[in-house]
Amino acid sequence: MEEVIKNILERFGNREIKYKDKDMWTFYPDKEYFFDFVDYIKDYGEFDILLDITAVDYLEWTKEKKDRFEMVYHFLSLKYNIRIRVKYTLKKDEKGLTLTSYYKNANWLEREVYDMYGIVFEGHPDMRRILMYDEFKGFPLRKDYPLKKRQPRIKGLNDD
Amino acid sequence: MEKRGARVGVNGGNFFTTKFDSILGWARKYSMFVYPFVTACCGMEYIAAACSHFDIDRFGAGLTRFSPRQSDVLMVVGTVSHKLAPTLRKIYDQMAEPKWVVAFGTCAVSGGIYDNYSTLQGADKILPVDVYIPGCPPRPETVFEGIMKLQEKIQSQPQEWRWKKS
Ligand code: SF4
Repeated sequence: MEEVIKNILERFGNREIKYKDKDMWTFYPDKEYFFDFVDYIKDYGEFDILLDITAVDYLEWTKEKKDRFEMVYHFLSLKYNIRIRVKYTLKKDEKGLTLTSYYKNANWLEREVYDMYGIVFEGHPDMRRILMYDEFKGFPLRKDYPLKKRQPRIKGLNDD
Repeated sequence: MEKRGARVGVNGGNFFTTKFDSILGWARKYSMFVYPFVTACCGMEYIAAACSHFDIDRFGAGLTRFSPRQSDVLMVVGTVSHKLAPTLRKIYDQMAEPKWVVAFGTCAVSGGIYDNYSTLQGADKILPVDVYIPGCPPRPETVFEGIMKLQEKIQSQPQEWRWKKS
């Protein structure tokens, strides 16, 4: 096990952060610990690059898990050449945690998550759509968005 | 757009007009100025077809113009999203007559594999397409087949010229 991973586990192990070593190290901090966790890995683990933010819509999760969305973050440490994944879950209308104060590129990545899943990030400086046009209604990557529902910008366009 | 391809009434001298039409067609089909509206992966194949290995210039379509005002053929190369559709239509409207449209690649022909929320299901939903080039992406040979088909079409259609009396 790499030194940096060991340190993370040592520090957060008593808070029952679940983790997995599958394709890459994955951590499941509670939402309350999330900022502490990012604080730590950024300052001490030198995970200085936020590679990606995305989400998963489970719509109907199992009985014990009631939350609808799962946020997925990927971080890269240039110093240790290691990638980790961090996840936490959100209820249907719950707001996400913004990383814009830690990583500048989180701004657009979170806007993309908002655009596709409708997850609003609390404290984000510019919460608008980024890929779809403003007239677009609904959030296309949600599981309850109809598969082939199109919303043409040209009026009267029959697009089947 | 309504007037496109409509035969304007001939004012005597039928023989001369026909010949002149065919000369004009001959000139037009060998000097197509192409406007490549490249949005996706098919653009690579357009580049391959346009560069010296395959050499699109053999068909007189080598002078790529990046202004719709100067071009005759609008090539819709790649996926057209709904976000982009009004822009594409505007570009078509900006082109001067005579003009033709080529749908390059499966995406531009029918939307291709992208049967989803974001993609226009074929450029012919918003433009009058003259030639469809299938393939994902089409090989340069297929592109040239399409260009030759367009040349045939240009040659055989009645030409519009502005000093002709209507
Ligand atoms: S037809 Fe295929 S190669 Fe061309 S733009 Fe579509 S997906 Fe890309």
